Amino acid sequence: MSDASSSVNDAILQVEHLSMKFGGLVAIGDLSFQARRGEITALIGPNGAGKTTVFNCITGFYKPSEGMITLSRRDGSSFLLERLPNHEIPARAKVARTFQNIRLFSGMTLLENLLVAQHNKLMKASGYTVLGLFGYSGYRTASAESIDLARHWLEKADLVDRADDPAGDLPYGAQRRLEIARAMCTGPELLCLDEPAAGLNPKESMALNALLMDIKDNTGTSILLIEHDMAVVMQISDHVVVLEYGRKISDGSPHAVRTDPRVIAAYLGVEDEDVETVLTEVGDEDVIEQLDTGPDSAHGPDSSSSYFAGPVTDTVGHTEGERVTVSKGASKAGQVDARSGAAARPASPAEAKPTEKPSAEKSSAAKPKTPGDSNRGGGNE
Amino acid sequence: MQYFVQQLINGLTLGSIYGLIAIGYTMVYGIIGMINFAHGDIFMIGAFAALIVFLILGALFYSLPVVIALLVMMIVAMLLTSMYNWTIEKVAYRPLRGSFRLAPLITAIGMSIALSNFVQVTQGPRNKPVPPMVSKVYNIAGISVSLKQIIIVLVTIVLLALFWYLVNKTSLGRAQRACEQDRKMAALLGIDVDRTISITFIMGAALAAVAGTLFLMYYGVVVFSDGFTPGVKAFTAAVLGGIGSLPGAVLGGLMIGFIESMWSAYFSIDYKDVAAFSILAIVLIFLPSGILGRPEVEKV
Amino acid sequence: MAVTASPERDIVATPMQRATREALYAGAIALGLFVLFIGLKTNQNISNELILEQRWGLLAIVVVLTMAGRFLYVAYGQPFLANQKIADVATGLLPESVATRFFRLPYFLAAIVTVAVLVFLAGPLDGLLGPGLAGYARFLRALAIIYALASVLFYFRTFIHAHFSALGITALALYPVIVVLVLALYGGSVAAGFQGSLKWVDNFGIQILIYVMLAWGLNIVVGLAGLLDLGYVAFYAVGAYAYALLGTHYGLSFWILLPAAGAMAAFWGVLLGFPVLRLRGDYLAIVTLAFGEIIRLVLINWREVTNGSAGISGIPKVTFFGLISFNVSDPNYIAKVFDIATSSAYYKIFLYYLILGLCLLTAFVTIRLRRMPVGRAWEALREDEIACRSLGINTTTTKLTAFATGAMFGGFAGSFFAARQGFVSPESFIFLESAIILAIVVLGGMGSLVGIAVAAMVMIGGTEVLRELDFLKQVFGPDFTPELYRMLLFGMAMVIVMLWKPRGFVGSREPTAFLKESRAVSGAFTKEGHG
Repeated sequence: MSDASSSVNDAILQVEHLSMKFGGLVAIGDLSFQARRGEITALIGPNGAGKTTVFNCITGFYKPSEGMITLSRRDGSSFLLERLPNHEIPARAKVARTFQNIRLFSGMTLLENLLVAQHNKLMKASGYTVLGLFGYSGYRTASAESIDLARHWLEKADLVDRADDPAGDLPYGAQRRLEIARAMCTGPELLCLDEPAAGLNPKESMALNALLMDIKDNTGTSILLIEHDMAVVMQISDHVVVLEYGRKISDGSPHAVRTDPRVIAAYLGVEDEDVETVLTEVGDEDVIEQLDTGPDSAHGPDSSSSYFAGPVTDTVGHTEGERVTVSKGASKAGQVDARSGAAARPASPAEAKPTEKPSAEKSSAAKPKTPGDSNRGGGNE
Repeated sequence: MQYFVQQLINGLTLGSIYGLIAIGYTMVYGIIGMINFAHGDIFMIGAFAALIVFLILGALFYSLPVVIALLVMMIVAMLLTSMYNWTIEKVAYRPLRGSFRLAPLITAIGMSIALSNFVQVTQGPRNKPVPPMVSKVYNIAGISVSLKQIIIVLVTIVLLALFWYLVNKTSLGRAQRACEQDRKMAALLGIDVDRTISITFIMGAALAAVAGTLFLMYYGVVVFSDGFTPGVKAFTAAVLGGIGSLPGAVLGGLMIGFIESMWSAYFSIDYKDVAAFSILAIVLIFLPSGILGRPEVEKV
Repeated sequence: MAVTASPERDIVATPMQRATREALYAGAIALGLFVLFIGLKTNQNISNELILEQRWGLLAIVVVLTMAGRFLYVAYGQPFLANQKIADVATGLLPESVATRFFRLPYFLAAIVTVAVLVFLAGPLDGLLGPGLAGYARFLRALAIIYALASVLFYFRTFIHAHFSALGITALALYPVIVVLVLALYGGSVAAGFQGSLKWVDNFGIQILIYVMLAWGLNIVVGLAGLLDLGYVAFYAVGAYAYALLGTHYGLSFWILLPAAGAMAAFWGVLLGFPVLRLRGDYLAIVTLAFGEIIRLVLINWREVTNGSAGISGIPKVTFFGLISFNVSDPNYIAKVFDIATSSAYYKIFLYYLILGLCLLTAFVTIRLRRMPVGRAWEALREDEIACRSLGINTTTTKLTAFATGAMFGGFAGSFFAARQGFVSPESFIFLESAIILAIVVLGGMGSLVGIAVAAMVMIGGTEVLRELDFLKQVFGPDFTPELYRMLLFGMAMVIVMLWKPRGFVGSREPTAFLKESRAVSGAFTKEGHG
């Protein structure tokens, strides 16, 4: 399980020329990147950059329009994920995932949640139910082992005291940890986490970091994560890929990425030629610091706003396809406003843009619009 | 060819009745997301009410123009079924709104059983035949079209036009569409959601009553158990067209009508219902949300 | 009828005023609803024309009763129910509950005395009271017995609650014995005991247990996997016709055909499962309903094989594994083997134990499966299908196994049904049956075996009791047939029970595994599935 150092630098996941179109809408365009074994790779980008879509392509919930996603397992076998049926990706390619709006089996206990995750292993042990029905002893041992594994991950996630409570009864942060524990119970080689820190308070966020580092160091599982919380991203990731409008705009170490002017522009929402203006106006160091850490005190409102955004998005999502992200974008804009005070104000318009707009609209939508920035925005027009 | 056109006309007649009932299913489904299983029995209540009114009129007036008689029957049946559906919604569905999804389905089935047995108990279990009200038949180029059929299609068209106007052009319709989209938000914006839902039930019931009256006029007989088969067919029609979609309900109704008449004409009358149900299953395999239904977005 | 009161107007009105107003509203609505249907009756005259019979008196009675009921509910029922919920400020305790007030020792003793007097003086009393009043006496006796039994249950409620399954199984196993013994004592001879037990074992015992088994089978599909199936009766029909056809044509034994019928039903379950895999919610509901109707229509119309609406009769009886037969003409007829008096009750008692065994098998398999990966996957599917797929669970096979397993038990129940009746026809497999079975599952509490068994007992037993209320003929005249009201009351009971307990009798769910202690999961957390 552990030997991570020997295979540090080979790629576990290779995404090549991935495109995803919804009707006429290009959510991802010609995206290529790779995640290396034993590393934590972060996928960041403004709202609607197509990060979750990339995840859904990797984990088989969407079939990409074009491109190739190769996963190489430790034993040397490799899988083309875009060709595997949905449920075989976790089962055979050993890719597990969590969801942005947590999907637990809320009426089942924590322990049961983790046992469901070991379904395939237990199915085999129970002789596809037939042997188990007649009390076959091999199944009983396997069943005991699965409970031990579940207990192990409950302990790691600091949830063992609540093992017999329904998952729906847990507080938000604990639900996030449980979802990660559940994904780990499938014995994955690649763990895909969709905004694991969203809605967590600083303390929970710290605990999450510790859990992720623990997974990386002790199981050899590689992690691919989408995250908005830059504190988490910069602290734990080995490699960062930045998306904007479904295209990669930067790729490299956390340090390299945060000094990349294109990334700053993407987050601040100005056109390329204006980057310098912005940097000088705000003060280079200042901006980078805002992007980089963000004051901790702001985490509170931060998390709650995205927490509420979740359910709202859900209800609208069923009726009106793409309107979804508008409300979410709006709340993110609020977050950025709250977080940055005066300094990072220009960031909000970019964040507030409705997602998944065709890139043709990019330049016009990218212009700052909030009243507070009228002097700067006016300059652009 | 003549035979085919003849069947087409029969199918259109049948489809109109199914369509009128299907609208009730689809509207209720659209607004509160439940299958109102009792709707078929509301239709039967409508037919029975029309029958009783017909008999009253026959006893009170020596001779009455058929048009007026039909109109009175329809109006009384509409009022009565509206009252039934309103009461049912208030008693059996409203207290369960927002609770467990299957609970209102079970109360709806319970109401359906109760309604048909109520009519059995109060009106007796036998078939109730009425003398033909309209018997004129026109012969156009070898195709016989009865006045009954013309009345059914005309009434359906007029009602659908009225209904379309109500849903798309009035503030009531806007409130209904708002409730369908997001009930909580509609309530926040000052729409009386309870009232809107009640009105939806009343509208569905009124259309079912018209269908019931037309059914009585067309077949000249009604029995307490008549709610089930047309009810299930209309429900099938609503699903086939895409439940929640009003044009879908009408389209589905017409399709079921055509399938039935064509199958009876060219294959076997015994298996016409099997054909209708099989086609439903086949269509849903390829179009899981019906023909005009909005595909359900699976949000991950 | 529980019409929710409008709260905003209640502030000014006293309960009495409010009750009066509500009663007037209810009366007006009842008048509107019933004026045509109760006030007038359509009858055929000699020349087969419809004429109207006027029944204004009956209409008035119904409207007044509705008003009175509404008045009592608003004036006394609602405040009483509200009181039951509010704790006493001084003591912090709930006010004395209805149950403790209702079940009191003196009442219990009075009931026992009543029963004793009525039983021992039955003969003289009948003569004294005449046939009319004797009916009431019997009804009173039944009520007293029910009350006494209910009191016993109530006094030992904690004990019963703790050992429910064991007690329940024991009670079910002893039921025919007790019935025969009690009736034998009452009738004075063993033969009378057996003869009298027919009704109790067959109409109540077997009838209820068939529904328990069907509901437990459907529970796998609806309660565990969360797939809404409105055509479950189709599998029941497949099982019944499989036994009827193969049994009459090839003379195969029940014990061979039982698994065969189960396998065939399971096969049909998979066949139905395939097309509906992609469907969700109400689309699934209508296709399963359509499937049920298709099977029934085929049974009606495929006359060469199924003999159409006339059905198949002369279906062979079940034997005790070929050793003991229940046909009087056979050499190994039970009465000949044991050298006892001939009675048809033996077969019914045998069937009772057979269906009890099948029920227990269903329960055992369900409980076992729930603790196995496939059962957990069913429940996980009900909770969140997308999460299931993200964990590598093949949702297609999971759904199909749920359909197949549920259908298999339906098939078992079907072949038992055919063997019990000796006759099958499409009449027995109408949609109403599916609806009743589904109602039992939901009323019992989805997923809960105990709740479902209780629901079957209440709903099916309750409607069977209506057949027994012959004394009502004395009240409402000889034309009155309580049976006619059976389904009307059944439908209303479905509505009332659902309103009273939307989550069913047992709303919570037992976990399938635990680390420290098993705590029931509240119904508020469990989902009901999309399918």
